[in-house]
Amino acid sequence: MVETQHIAEQTAVAASFLRYIPLAPLLAAAIHMTFGARAGRPFVNVIACAAVALSFIFSCRAVLELAQAGGGTFLLDPVYTWIDAGGLTVDLAFRIDQLSAVMCMIVTGVGFLIHVYSTGYMSHDADFARFFGYLNLFTASMLVLVLGDSLPVMFVGWEGVGLCSYLLIGFWYEDPAKASAGKKAFVVNRVGDAGFLLGMFVLFWAGAESGHASLRFADVNALAPGLSAGVAALAAALLFVGATGKSAQIPLFVWLPDAMAGPTPVSALIHAATMVTAGIYMVARLNVLYLAAPGVMEVVATIGGLTAFGAATVAIVQNDIKKVLAYSTVSQLGYMFLALGVGAFGAALFHVMTHAFFKALLFLGAGSVIHALHEEQDIRNMGGLRAKMPITWITFAVGTAAIAGVPGLSGFFSKDEILASTFDSGHWKLWALGVLTAGMTAFYMTRLFVLTFQGEYRGKREKYEAAEESPLTMTSALIVLAVLAAAGGYLGVPEVLGGSNFFAHYLEPVIGHHALHMGHADEIAVMLISVVVGLGGIVIAYRLYANGPGPDATFAVSGRGLHGTLGNAYYLDTAYDRFVVGGIGALAQVLWRFVDVVVIDGIANGIGRATAALGGSWRHWSTGNVQHYAFSILVGVAVLMLAVALGVAR
Amino acid sequence: MDSAVLTWIVAIPALGALLLSVIPEQARTILRSIAVAVAAIPFFLALRVWNAFDTSNGGFQFVERSEWIPQFGISYFVGVDGISLLLVLLTVFLTPLVLYSSEDSIHQRLKGYLVSVLLLETAMLGTLVSLDAILFYAFWELMLVPMFLIIGIWGGQRRIYAAIKFVLFTMVGSLPMLVALIYLGFHHLDGPSFALTDLYGIQLTQTAGLWCCFAMLLAFAIKVPMWPLHTWLPDAHVEAPTGGSVILAGVLLKMGTYGVVRFVIPLFPDALPVFMPWVAILAVVGIVYGALVAMVQEDLKKLVAYSSVSHLGFVMLGLASLTAVGVSGSVYQMLNHGISTGALFLLVGMIYERRHTREIAAFGGLWKKLPLYASAFLIVTLSSIGLPGLNGFVGEFMILLGGFRADPVTAAIATSGVILGAVYMLWMFQRVMFGPLDKMENRVLEDLTPREIIVLAPLIALIFVMGVYPKPFLDTMEASVATTLTYASGQVPATSRARAVTSTDGDCLEAAGSKVAGCTITAEPQLPAHDGNGHGANAHEGKAGVGHLHSEDPHAGHAHEGSAH
Repeated sequence: MVETQHIAEQTAVAASFLRYIPLAPLLAAAIHMTFGARAGRPFVNVIACAAVALSFIFSCRAVLELAQAGGGTFLLDPVYTWIDAGGLTVDLAFRIDQLSAVMCMIVTGVGFLIHVYSTGYMSHDADFARFFGYLNLFTASMLVLVLGDSLPVMFVGWEGVGLCSYLLIGFWYEDPAKASAGKKAFVVNRVGDAGFLLGMFVLFWAGAESGHASLRFADVNALAPGLSAGVAALAAALLFVGATGKSAQIPLFVWLPDAMAGPTPVSALIHAATMVTAGIYMVARLNVLYLAAPGVMEVVATIGGLTAFGAATVAIVQNDIKKVLAYSTVSQLGYMFLALGVGAFGAALFHVMTHAFFKALLFLGAGSVIHALHEEQDIRNMGGLRAKMPITWITFAVGTAAIAGVPGLSGFFSKDEILASTFDSGHWKLWALGVLTAGMTAFYMTRLFVLTFQGEYRGKREKYEAAEESPLTMTSALIVLAVLAAAGGYLGVPEVLGGSNFFAHYLEPVIGHHALHMGHADEIAVMLISVVVGLGGIVIAYRLYANGPGPDATFAVSGRGLHGTLGNAYYLDTAYDRFVVGGIGALAQVLWRFVDVVVIDGIANGIGRATAALGGSWRHWSTGNVQHYAFSILVGVAVLMLAVALGVAR
Repeated sequence: MDSAVLTWIVAIPALGALLLSVIPEQARTILRSIAVAVAAIPFFLALRVWNAFDTSNGGFQFVERSEWIPQFGISYFVGVDGISLLLVLLTVFLTPLVLYSSEDSIHQRLKGYLVSVLLLETAMLGTLVSLDAILFYAFWELMLVPMFLIIGIWGGQRRIYAAIKFVLFTMVGSLPMLVALIYLGFHHLDGPSFALTDLYGIQLTQTAGLWCCFAMLLAFAIKVPMWPLHTWLPDAHVEAPTGGSVILAGVLLKMGTYGVVRFVIPLFPDALPVFMPWVAILAVVGIVYGALVAMVQEDLKKLVAYSSVSHLGFVMLGLASLTAVGVSGSVYQMLNHGISTGALFLLVGMIYERRHTREIAAFGGLWKKLPLYASAFLIVTLSSIGLPGLNGFVGEFMILLGGFRADPVTAAIATSGVILGAVYMLWMFQRVMFGPLDKMENRVLEDLTPREIIVLAPLIALIFVMGVYPKPFLDTMEASVATTLTYASGQVPATSRARAVTSTDGDCLEAAGSKVAGCTITAEPQLPAHDGNGHGANAHEGKAGVGHLHSEDPHAGHAHEGSAH
């Protein structure tokens, strides 16, 4: 902390240790990938976890120094100038303010637990070095995303996590379906990334117009209020396209359910707790820009609400334990965008955090079950596992209760804040959608929980006999996450319940102050409605599924068309496959086999043949006499020059 | 610095070729070792040039000039600016690797092959350092001969067809270019001169400027190749031996884009607003078209060839933007493409030598058996699709940023190339590397040999270095890009000696005959004084520096008939 520099309203405090936060896992990844396999499993396990632990420690130090530095400051580590040419200057600089501090703690904290868990989960996989190489690389990329001080640096992490997601989804690459799922994730994300790129271009040139072309967040947020409404909306909308890709919103969510092909710890870390929240983080980071584009905010809220609802309807009919959780994640991310869209950035981030706790817990719990049942993922073939794996059972129950919004647990507080803000902002239709979604969330999660752990076991007997509680490396992560999922909400107890809403206030230096306008009575009423709906969902699901998945058959028959539609996620994937993928493929074939081969080459070869025919008739010009040739060249050059002088020079 | 260092850099490969020609064909190892050793010399010389290069100077450095045909104002005139220096570095970097890897891919007539590659290197380097239009043209055409031989002798089944197609396409473009160059040279006011430093700032009539610009653009567009003049490329690549493909993709294609930077942009400020929007459109068509066609290829090499059409489309888009950031991105992307695509062709060649097929369908699951090969392939693939942190991203980002300034719509369409690039590369990667290792022939494959690792390692190292730390490269080119764009904006600095040219009919020929005495040859080029500071001029001041360069000189290009007399 030697020098300070003034940037916008906030002051940067130099903190050159920030670079070690992403560097530690990056180095670990390099170690794993180069000689991890030879160094052996214990070595890789230790290095992998220690690197993330180191990042966590540095993150804690950052949080403390940020607190000491006082209000209106942030920590900045300008490592070096990455790109500097033609008016574009991009510093590789890392930034810790309250917003990135929260994200850093989530990524390194939850990330560490998942790394520890993975050492147990992957203990039988021969390719452990490659796995931890990717996993550490992911953590490093995610930290670059979170710590980046400018849009391009964020984009480095943004694409980096996409790459790691691709590599980890397709980790078991010998299965073509898994490899395809990885590729799909990357490509769909790239669609969003194209929007991200264009959004950056708009902002850069808008900055150039006003005299300061820069993509630093501080500069963009300083620029945003002065932008014309159209430019602000264009930039915000394009960047939001990026967010819909990374955070799996309509219409780009289709990759996330397929991403479940990856090892389950990957699903927990990347596809629940961290990477998929990047879109929310980005919008919150650019909150000034988004507030300058109210129309886009409406779009964000609507997309979020619809995604939350739509994905919940799909989750109800899924039978793959991970697919239920995947659609649930899409749905919960929808809640977060709903919050962003109504201006409740703090509520969105609060849900990012609590969701990281309980969804990571649920995925790791699911992984524990899958591990115990040797890759069984169909909940119709489960049941009665509570006796076999009590820790997984209890912790999963906590996670289920948390996401279902049982009062007192983390999900209750964060979801309530989102719904209250939505109602308060006058979006009562979206609020109703949100409440309905809360009921469905409670329903499908209870269904999942009951079918997995309660009642009688329904699958192959020998799998059940062999099933046992997971090793300590895995259960310890479950226990810690269960505590966080239960208690994490107390960081943001609303004032109406006697709390201080510490979390929202903490973030205020970055995202501003957001207060509810409605009275306490209304707030309580709104809260009670969602609690009742949520508890109702739990009770109904519990009663329906206590004896197995029987009721599903009834639904399937009674709502045949609907059931199929939901089961296939509204056939969006099918439509993409047929029209987009199929259309592009057909077009490509036409371009190659007709335009290239027939048209263009046809013309070229035709000219060639015509020339050859002409040449044949002129063959006697080829005498083999050098002097003749020299003369011809001279004449030719002279004629050319004459033609040039006469024709061109006019 | 040694005098005449550029001449040495250009000449040494040819001298090495001469040396090789007296060594018996049977001594394969000796032949190859000598070739590599010879090719290493220009590499180190070029590094020394780079080290001594003044990056704050946007003009030509290490200039050598002597009379060649003074009657016509033709001289042996060489020098480098930041742009050509980087491409020289690319050339001298790739050639030794190609020569070294020839052991694996060339099984017959090794000597002839090595001689051809060395002669090709001389021609390429000569093209890059030429500052005299006729000298440039001579080297430009000289490149055809060894490449024709490399494809025609060491190529695949349809090598003759491919070789002739390659030559014919190129010739169709180069002849109009020669005419345009001759026209320019004879329209220099103080007697004919083909020195670029004299030609920059030359005043042409509207019509003449348009025609000359068109002729040169055509020549370069074929070489790039731009859509729809690209169909020679897939054939040439598929038939060429591995090394030929590496040089073709790595350096030869850049001659087209380099020509645009060196000639079209600075010479024809008035024609640029007419042509560049069309160039941008064709570039974007090429980006999308190349990517789509690459997607459905069944042959690995053809896929990479079409990917080049797409990638070079990006380069042309950046050049057409006429923005500092776009042009810099393009120059950077020329280097990136040379490295990434060169590496891709080497990798394809390595698997071809093992399996004697390049059919994508013949592979599958190779990761299991060839983890090292697959990892290298993955890194190069990611570089090719512009993953941030690797080299391709920096160039692509700058190009699209610049292109967006010039025209947001074309740039937006071009950005879809970012998506399509991921599609065709990752799908190819998946079909080759992932899935079950179910073909018997693939189960006995061996991973990379030490020689192959030596060839790939420098390329992969550069992929990382240029992605993480592009500064040395960007700094080298920045002042030169700024100078080039100053010409493009029609602002001819006062120091330039070129003036308006009279152009009554027949004047040109008269000039050729009689104005010999007026031809001045100076040892040092007098480039516009850029006070060594291309950085400050356009970097942080917003509009002025980063803006789209419109033609701001109202009277430029309207011929001042008779005024100069």
